[in-house]
Amino acid sequence: MSGVFSPSRAKIKERTLRTDKWWLQPAITFGVLFSFVIYATLRAFENKYYFVEPLISPFYSPCLSTSCEPGTALAIFGQPFNNKYFGIGISPALFILIFPLGFRMTCYYYRKAYYRAFWLSPPACAVAEPHKKYTGETRAPLILQNSHRWFFYAGLVFNVILTWDTILAFRNADKEWGHLSVGTLVFLFSTTMLWLYSLSCHTCRHTLGGRLKHFSKHPVRYKAWTFVSALNHKHQNFAWISLFGVASADIYVRAVASGAITNFYFF
Amino acid sequence: MARMLKLRIWRGDSTDGALQDVQVEVNEGEVVLDVIHRVQATQMGDLAVRWNCKAGKCGSCSMEINGKPRLACMTQVAAYGEEETITVTPLRAFPVIKDLVTDVSFNYKKAMEIPAYAHPDELAPGEARMEQIDVERSQEFRKCIECFLCQDTCHVIRDHEENKKSFAGPRFFIRIAELDMHPLDTLRNRKKTAQEEHGLGMCNITKCCTEVCPEHIRITDNAIIPMKERVVDIKYDPARWLGSKIRKRDGIV
Repeated sequence: MSGVFSPSRAKIKERTLRTDKWWLQPAITFGVLFSFVIYATLRAFENKYYFVEPLISPFYSPCLSTSCEPGTALAIFGQPFNNKYFGIGISPALFILIFPLGFRMTCYYYRKAYYRAFWLSPPACAVAEPHKKYTGETRAPLILQNSHRWFFYAGLVFNVILTWDTILAFRNADKEWGHLSVGTLVFLFSTTMLWLYSLSCHTCRHTLGGRLKHFSKHPVRYKAWTFVSALNHKHQNFAWISLFGVASADIYVRAVASGAITNFYFF
Repeated sequence: MARMLKLRIWRGDSTDGALQDVQVEVNEGEVVLDVIHRVQATQMGDLAVRWNCKAGKCGSCSMEINGKPRLACMTQVAAYGEEETITVTPLRAFPVIKDLVTDVSFNYKKAMEIPAYAHPDELAPGEARMEQIDVERSQEFRKCIECFLCQDTCHVIRDHEENKKSFAGPRFFIRIAELDMHPLDTLRNRKKTAQEEHGLGMCNITKCCTEVCPEHIRITDNAIIPMKERVVDIKYDPARWLGSKIRKRDGIV
């Protein structure tokens, strides 16, 4: 007997005496995150309907494989990967998704969300968890959560690429500039939310100024830290909204690329 | 206007105990501590409850109300439905002494394990000067009233008694952060000992400590996560480690 049932503690047989709907939040988190993982996995392996001029799905950008559709590769990266390895066809998305996935998996907010919702450690505050042992993030594999900053740096590179994709979305299907479509707005929303999610990140806050001992000696970094600290209050919101933003951008591109809808141009 | 409130109070000691139902009068504006005192005065003369200031500043009346760690003096009865039964128990992370009183000495032992502020040798008393922007982060942590609600709700020790020997808990992570961020503190190994001796790595940042803090200290965002990032600087970031060796400084100035 351990935890709240330890011999020295008050003898109460219930795991929790909370009377509110403490299970609702982890249940919703589980449902939404699980749905996203299933959707993202299916899309990553689908290997089609990810490009329609001028829109490329964020799940497939940058497209680095020789199997990428014409017009999707970025000159700066080229196409360093083959479409097959060991005789197995590999979707271009699989070469890049580890970076945004790693950024979210090691994110301090998402850690809270999935430790509660998936691992029930704990399912909610003051609700006893079902595990007999607990070592936290002190040993493998969870010690790898300390790699968050590397995924943050990679995430910034991806944000720049997706920003470029958004700029390209101001063209029409004939690659002429100065057009605005529903796809442009979807991309603008998705990319803006991704930047806010990244900039509000705890690692960003630490890198810009949090690690300092004397703010007074670094006034510019102090201002940057203050700005990011304000964003950091909303990091949880940006985490969710940016997730929906990326998913909606992919869903929209898929719908247009598959012919289900037409990308409506305002001008 | 007075009404009758249904209350369940845990009564017992370390050997045995149970929830007991009582009905007690409650008046408009009263807090849970008021009705506990009325029960003590009218029905359970030997009911043990720890309290002091009745103003949310001494941290004495920590208990669990409907399963949530709270200060009884800051919990309005009106926050609950009129037909609702309010259940009051002692803190469930610490050994119970009697009724609503627990033995929180674990926290005082942990407090003694944290090295105190180390003043610069070259500064005589009275010579220290600090700018406000350099101390404001630490000042947030000085609001702590040591109610130990954060310690109570932290599942690392609440659900795993065996972790108590190697885990200081959120209250002491804010103490370590306060000192590590202090502009004049000269002790250089706080990050290392936070990770290796005080169990910072065991925290999986589920933010329950922040949720229950009656002083609204952002324990996780402003103390624990910044300390985790500082630990990454010295233990898990080869680029920063190399930089610190080349530039002969610990990277935090």
